[in-house]
Amino acid sequence: MKATTLEAHADGRGNALLRFAAPQAFFPLAGKMIPWFAALAVVFAVGGLYVSFFVAPTDFQQGESYRVIFIHVPAAWMSMFLYVVMAAWAAFGLILNTRLSGMMASAIAPTGALFTFIALWTGALWGKPTWGTWWVWDARLTSELILLFLYLGFIALTTAIDDPRRAERAGAVLAIVGVINVPIIYFSVKWWNTLHQGASVSLTKAPSMAATMLAGMFLMALAAWMYSFAAALWRVRSIILERERDALWVRERGGGA
Amino acid sequence: MNWGSLENFLAMGGYGLYVWGSYGVTLLCIAVELWALARRSRRAQPEQRA
Amino acid sequence: MLRALRSIVARDLRLSLRRRGDVLNHLVFFVIVVTLFPLGVGPEPNLMRIMAPGIVWVAALLAAMLSLQRLFASDYADGTLEQMLISAQPLGLIVVGKIVAHWLMSGLPLTLLAPVLGLQFDLPQQALGVLTLSLLIGTPVLSLIGAVGAALTLGVRGEGVLLALLVLPLYIPVLIFGAGGVAAMANGLGAGPHLSLLGAFLAISCVVAPWAACVALRVAYD
Repeated sequence: MKATTLEAHADGRGNALLRFAAPQAFFPLAGKMIPWFAALAVVFAVGGLYVSFFVAPTDFQQGESYRVIFIHVPAAWMSMFLYVVMAAWAAFGLILNTRLSGMMASAIAPTGALFTFIALWTGALWGKPTWGTWWVWDARLTSELILLFLYLGFIALTTAIDDPRRAERAGAVLAIVGVINVPIIYFSVKWWNTLHQGASVSLTKAPSMAATMLAGMFLMALAAWMYSFAAALWRVRSIILERERDALWVRERGGGA
Repeated sequence: MNWGSLENFLAMGGYGLYVWGSYGVTLLCIAVELWALARRSRRAQPEQRA
Repeated sequence: MLRALRSIVARDLRLSLRRRGDVLNHLVFFVIVVTLFPLGVGPEPNLMRIMAPGIVWVAALLAAMLSLQRLFASDYADGTLEQMLISAQPLGLIVVGKIVAHWLMSGLPLTLLAPVLGLQFDLPQQALGVLTLSLLIGTPVLSLIGAVGAALTLGVRGEGVLLALLVLPLYIPVLIFGAGGVAAMANGLGAGPHLSLLGAFLAISCVVAPWAACVALRVAYD
């Protein structure tokens, strides 16, 4: 594998954007972005929670138990979205040989696994009052569970291999092979007649939900999205420091946060 | 949508266990992740000068 | 090209036949796992009839997975895998050859053994036929996906468990439609859709798995 890393062109000759492909250049940039994303996450979360508890009305069928939707759906969206983003970074890392892409993939995995667990947990707690059971072997629930196993497999593989570069590239292969599962989750409610509710929010037809409920859900989804940015960037900074421990620019930093 | 009193809010129409169970665990997960991130960030720092 | 493929398959078959015990162990493991369930769950006939496809399929899954080590590990250890990487033949061909050899030594015997074990569960004749057919289509998929897992975990410590953690989630769809086919046949729905989906998995993994395994092998030797 000849290492035509982007870093070689990034220092000065590539255009401005490529400059951030080098971990050393990306490190301060990520540092500046994290507070913004964190602040946005808090703002959206507070707004979302307010709408979901104090604005959205009681559901005529499910009473108050439906309010779990304001975490269940954003978490489920993020679990699928983050896996696709992770697979994309992994693919970049494999094709373009850029170290930072592999680091980004490893930075996203734990947060993605967390959202998958939250989606499964809140789904179960919502299922109990409405379906009467904690868990049912339904197409969507099963494929979401497989998604959790794929995340854990990625994390296990990347931590088991000592050499970081090989770990990331091996993880990349696994992530790409596993990405086929995400559309299965998304379309599972359409392909098989599943107990799980069909897509009540879709780009094609008008959403079959009250406006305020929808607003609450979108605000919480934005909050989850911003939070994912903040968490991933924070973790990637730690990864960069760990990987570049012996690099000059890290040793000089001495103490910075 | 006003809840009248704190008790009603906590009771959540009888579904308190499920709703607060979900929100509680989510909050717990986020807190654990943030704690883990902070710890990892601290341990990743290059050794401070003496 | 074809001659190279045949020679790879022949070589691997000869190697595994030389250590016949290894191959037989996996078959005995398969039989033992299948017989554990009636002892554990109780010999109640129609319960057994319902559970039989699932049990046989899970046992086939585990047996196939345990034998994945044989695919690359021994060649990795003594360096022949490295020679293969730099040999004139395309790596994909070598990987496909090794997967075929692995299937002949693990998937095929399981498939031939399954009807015999099915009798243990008093499965009707038709269901036995569908079970064997689903295994015939499904076990190559297990070998193909397993090859990717084996290549990824080459020379990694804690290899065995890690391989299971990576490969089993990818096996789940094959298990669902494999065992589901027999169940559908049992209650008269016919196993057509399930078997065709298994065929689709086979087609997809024939394309994706060798490529992914080659990339994984190159990553291992990077």
